[in-house]
Amino acid sequence: MKLDLAAVEETAKHLYIQALKILPPDIKDGFKRLDATETDPTAKSILATMIKNIDVAEDTTNLLCQDTGIPIYNILIGRGVEVDGHALKEAIRKGCERATTEHPLRSSVVHPITRVNEQTSCGIKVPVITIDFSDKDEFFEMEMIPKGSGSENGSFLKMCIPAEGVAGIKTFVVDKVMEVGGRVCPPTIVGVGVGGTSDLCTKLAKKAGARPLGSVCEDPEGAKLEKELSAAVNMLGIGPQGLGGDSTAFAVHVETAATHITMNPVAVNIMCHSARRARATFTPKGVEIGF
Amino acid sequence: MTEHTIHMPCTEEQIRELKAGDTVILEDWLYGIRDATQIHMFDKGRKAKFDLNGHAVIHTAPNVKKVPKSNFCPAGYESVCIGTTTSQRMERFTRPLMQEYGVRMVIGKGGLGEDSRAAFKEFGGVYLAIIGGTAALETTWIERITDVDLEDLNPECLWEFKINHFGPLLVAMDAHGGSLYDGVKKTAEDRRAEALASMGVSS
Ligand code: SF4
Repeated sequence: MKLDLAAVEETAKHLYIQALKILPPDIKDGFKRLDATETDPTAKSILATMIKNIDVAEDTTNLLCQDTGIPIYNILIGRGVEVDGHALKEAIRKGCERATTEHPLRSSVVHPITRVNEQTSCGIKVPVITIDFSDKDEFFEMEMIPKGSGSENGSFLKMCIPAEGVAGIKTFVVDKVMEVGGRVCPPTIVGVGVGGTSDLCTKLAKKAGARPLGSVCEDPEGAKLEKELSAAVNMLGIGPQGLGGDSTAFAVHVETAATHITMNPVAVNIMCHSARRARATFTPKGVEIGF
Repeated sequence: MTEHTIHMPCTEEQIRELKAGDTVILEDWLYGIRDATQIHMFDKGRKAKFDLNGHAVIHTAPNVKKVPKSNFCPAGYESVCIGTTTSQRMERFTRPLMQEYGVRMVIGKGGLGEDSRAAFKEFGGVYLAIIGGTAALETTWIERITDVDLEDLNPECLWEFKINHFGPLLVAMDAHGGSLYDGVKKTAEDRRAEALASMGVSS
C-alpha cells in the first residue's frame, strides 16, 4: 500500500478539528457512569453542566474547550506500507497548520524562550509526532490528541528507589492527585508510567492517560495496580473541578516497562475531562475516521 | 446558598454580600485577561486603556476570528470559542489588579492562593469559579467582542466582552476569607491515609 500524502495532510487537519469538537464515545459513557454514582449535589450539577457542554458543542459545531492544546499525532505504521518518512511528517505538520489557519483555531503554541506565537499551532518539534510500527498488513493509523495545558501541567516524575517499592509508587500517585486538585479539570484520567528510564516512564504515563476508558493494561501487574489506584484516588473527595465530590477520576490507567535493578521510576500525566481524541485508519479500502 | 444577578460594574457593598457557596449571574460587561496580558500590564509597564473599576475579569484566551470592523464587531473580532483557563498561574496579579485597577471579581477555574484571599478581604473582591472545559456553553453567554487592548499579544490580549446572562458561577472565595477549596483540601488530607490503606500502604 502506497500512502497518499495529500490524504494524510487532509486527515491531519480534519482530526484536529474533530477532536476539539466531539468527545469519543467511551468518554461520554464515562460521564454517564460518574453521573449515576455521584452523591454530592454540587458535583452532580457540575457533571450535568459538563454533559450539557458536550451537547452544545455538537449542536453548535463549536469547540468543547477553548484550549486547543498542544497537537500530538501518534502514528502507527503496519507492514507493507510504502511512505517517505520525512514527507509524512511534513504532511502532518501542514495539516495541523491548515486546521489552525483555515478553521480558524487559537494557536496555543509558542517558542519556549521568546514566547512568540507563530499562529500556526506549530513550532520547533511541534506538533509532537510519534511513530511506531505494527504487525498488521497494509495498515496505517493516525491518532490525534490536542493535549490541554491545564492537565499537561499536572505532569510529574519521581525516580523512586527500589527500597520504596510499590508503596512509593502508590503514595506518589495519590499525593500528586491531591496536589493538583481542581487545576487539571477533574474528573480526569490519571495516566501513570511505571518503570523504564526517566523519559520512557514519562512517555508511558502520557500513553496511559490517553488510553480509551474501559481499556486495561496488558501487563497483569499493571492492570492490578490501576484497579487499586482508581478506587483509591476516588476516595479523596476532590470531585469535579476540585469543588468536592466522589468523581475525581474516570479511572487511573497504568503502563509499565522493565527497569534497572537500582531504579523504581514513576510518572504521572493527567488527562482532563475534555479527554479529546480522534483517529483515522488507512487501509487499501480507504480512510476510516473515528475515535 | 443564595443566587445573585449582578450588573457590571458593581460596588464593594454588593461584593461583600456574597458568601462562598452562593451563585452569581453577571450581566452587561466582562474583561478577558491572561498570563501575557498581566505580565505586560504589571511587569512591562504597559497601561490598559479600559476603566476596570468595579469590573470582573476572566482568565481566558479566546479563539477568535478576524472580521471586517462593523457595528456588531467594532473591534474586528468575532468570538469562536471563549473559555476559561487555570487561575493559579496568575495568582500574583490579583492584588495589583484590585489595587491599581479597582477590579472586584476574578473568574477562573481551580481557585487562587493565599495572597488573593488576603487581597479579596482587604479591598472587597471575590473569586468566581466557572466550570473549566465547558467553553462551548460559555460562548453562548457572550454576546460579542466590543473592544480589544494590547492587541499584539493575541490571543492573550485584554478583551472587552458584552455578556448576556453569564453564569451561573460559583462564589468559591469570598471577601470574608471564606473558600470552598479549604473544605475540599481538608477532606482530601483527612482521607489520604484511608486511601493509601485501601492499597495496603501505611502512611
Ligand atoms: S485542562 Fe482540559 S478541560 Fe480544562 S481548560 Fe484545559 S483543555 Fe480545557
